[in-house]
Amino acid sequence: MTGMTVIVKTITRWTAALIFLYGAYLVLYGHLSVGGGFAGGIILACSYVIMILAYGGKETIHALPKAVAARLDSIGALAFLILASLGMFGGFFFSNWIRDIWPGQQFRVFSAGIIPLANIAIALKVCVSLFLIFFILASLRMTRKGDKIEFRSEEVD
Amino acid sequence: MMNQMHFLLPLAIAIPLGMGFILPLLGRKFTRLADVLANLTTASLVVLSVLLLISNVQLGKPAVYWFGGWQITASGTIFGINLVLDGLSALMITLVAVVSFAATLFSSRYMDQYTARGKYYGLFMLMITGMNGCILTGDVFNLYVFLEIAAVSSYALVAFGCERDELEAAFKYLILGCVASTFVLLGVVLLYAQFGALNMAQLGQRIASVEPTRGSILALLLLLSGLGVKAALVPFHAWLPDAHPSAPAPISAMLSGVLIKAIGVYAIIRVIFNVYGFTDQLGMTLMILGTLSMVVGVVLALNQWDFKRLLAYHSISQIGYVVLAIGLGTPLGILAGLFHLANHAIFKSLLFLSAGAVQYRTGTRQLDEMGGLAQRMPSTSRSCLVASMSIAGVPPFNGFFSKLLIIIACVQAGRWGFAIWAVIVSILTMASFMKVQKYAFYGKLKEKWAQIREVPLVMRYSMILLAVLCLAMSLLIVPGISAAVLEPARDALHQGVKGYQEAILVLLGSGG
Repeated sequence: MTGMTVIVKTITRWTAALIFLYGAYLVLYGHLSVGGGFAGGIILACSYVIMILAYGGKETIHALPKAVAARLDSIGALAFLILASLGMFGGFFFSNWIRDIWPGQQFRVFSAGIIPLANIAIALKVCVSLFLIFFILASLRMTRKGDKIEFRSEEVD
Repeated sequence: MMNQMHFLLPLAIAIPLGMGFILPLLGRKFTRLADVLANLTTASLVVLSVLLLISNVQLGKPAVYWFGGWQITASGTIFGINLVLDGLSALMITLVAVVSFAATLFSSRYMDQYTARGKYYGLFMLMITGMNGCILTGDVFNLYVFLEIAAVSSYALVAFGCERDELEAAFKYLILGCVASTFVLLGVVLLYAQFGALNMAQLGQRIASVEPTRGSILALLLLLSGLGVKAALVPFHAWLPDAHPSAPAPISAMLSGVLIKAIGVYAIIRVIFNVYGFTDQLGMTLMILGTLSMVVGVVLALNQWDFKRLLAYHSISQIGYVVLAIGLGTPLGILAGLFHLANHAIFKSLLFLSAGAVQYRTGTRQLDEMGGLAQRMPSTSRSCLVASMSIAGVPPFNGFFSKLLIIIACVQAGRWGFAIWAVIVSILTMASFMKVQKYAFYGKLKEKWAQIREVPLVMRYSMILLAVLCLAMSLLIVPGISAAVLEPARDALHQGVKGYQEAILVLLGSGG
């Protein structure tokens, strides 16, 4: 995977940033308008996927190293679980305990208690999971020697 | 104090889910720490499930937990998602916890042969999450979600060795499993489209309020066939004899011991008894499927020489017993079926662990290559003997009592034909396990096995724990103990749709 022509690379450099921005918008405004953690996370991942397609895996993995992505993946899920578990102090698992302390207001970004935070955690998890899945599918090569099957990543870690 | 225990209900899902993401982070560098933490997690789940079992007995009625405090409103609208703890779910999560504790104990040395311990434990914990969620949820869509969590992690675990056979088995399992999950999802979609409800109690109420429509019957068929694949009932069993032997031994123990029950049999009987309502037709379907699995499984097992593959075919056969007994629909039949389900979880996981122990030392699964191992591996041999006698139905081990109850229940319900099949299959099971004992553990010790040693201590402890349970669970036949464990589970099913609704839709009942 060495990437595509310079035209594609240039256009991708501009659009990837815009796609990323749109994903971030969907995540942060998920509790006010359409979107949310999952949809936003997918779009965030798309900005990385388009970079893998245009630049190849080697360049992209510098932007988001595999070890970091694997950790972020676990951290995103844990953050969501911790938000839900903290609700047990407010009475119930998943109860919106921030809203009890700090009531939300309509059409304000910083309101709605744990919902925007949960959206961010979900987006993190979805984005890096999808990125990792795509990256593994794009870079892994299977070789077969007789009965022995080997998996080998083309990219440097 | 004990009445408030159901406050801890979400922890049965949250603890393994959390550990499922912490262990991969730790497992890269601190392998032993990951072992210890995984064992502590499953041990804490054992404690939690026993507490929930006790609290359920003391409370005497199902406990309902609404996420986020979104209770039923006074007008009867349901916004929230709930967890339900009744006798059946309490019994099932205890089984899952006990078997997974034995499996993690066994894994801590067995998995030394493999790399990537953190990922292994991560997937293992996610599988427990899926099963616990499936058992506790009171909502058909969440049933599907948790079923997928358990199933997807089990696909990856079957392929964990990354050898040719394992990948092939996992791929086959993946394809059949995905088709089955799609069927389940389609069934749920059809139900939601018609009745506008996902909560099982509410759904049951709405299904009962109208005449059976084509859509609801189609949804039932889709659910039955989808979940039938997960439970590996004949004719949906093709994936199991490949998938279960290919996984690492502790995973085989989990898959055969609890996974096919938690996401297969449990889900089927929950849908039939508590959502649709038990009818004679459905009972007959279950009985025929059960008998077919029972007979086909054992006949195919007789000719196997691969130790774990033989055990896998016996899983199909024993699940047949469970489904046959529950399909009778009589109180004794349901009790006997659930008793056998609990017993099978213990002895089949023990059998898979001992097969794993033999493989750990000899490196082979072929029965004809073994021989005389009892001399070199006494603990493994004895615990395997206990499990074999349990599954073959030799008194005083647990399998004897549950099979006896199943046969009595068949006779009591006037189903003589099914009773005779149950006896015949029991004899064939015995023959099959005499073969295992003769070729693997007794007979002449082969030259090349003269130097092998017994497996490490923790693996022995894990097998001895399950062997003791094989004997101890016979006590469940005693009326007092049965009243605490099995009878609440039976009542949860036998009270049917009405009993389930009355327990959950508390406000709906009073508000009309």
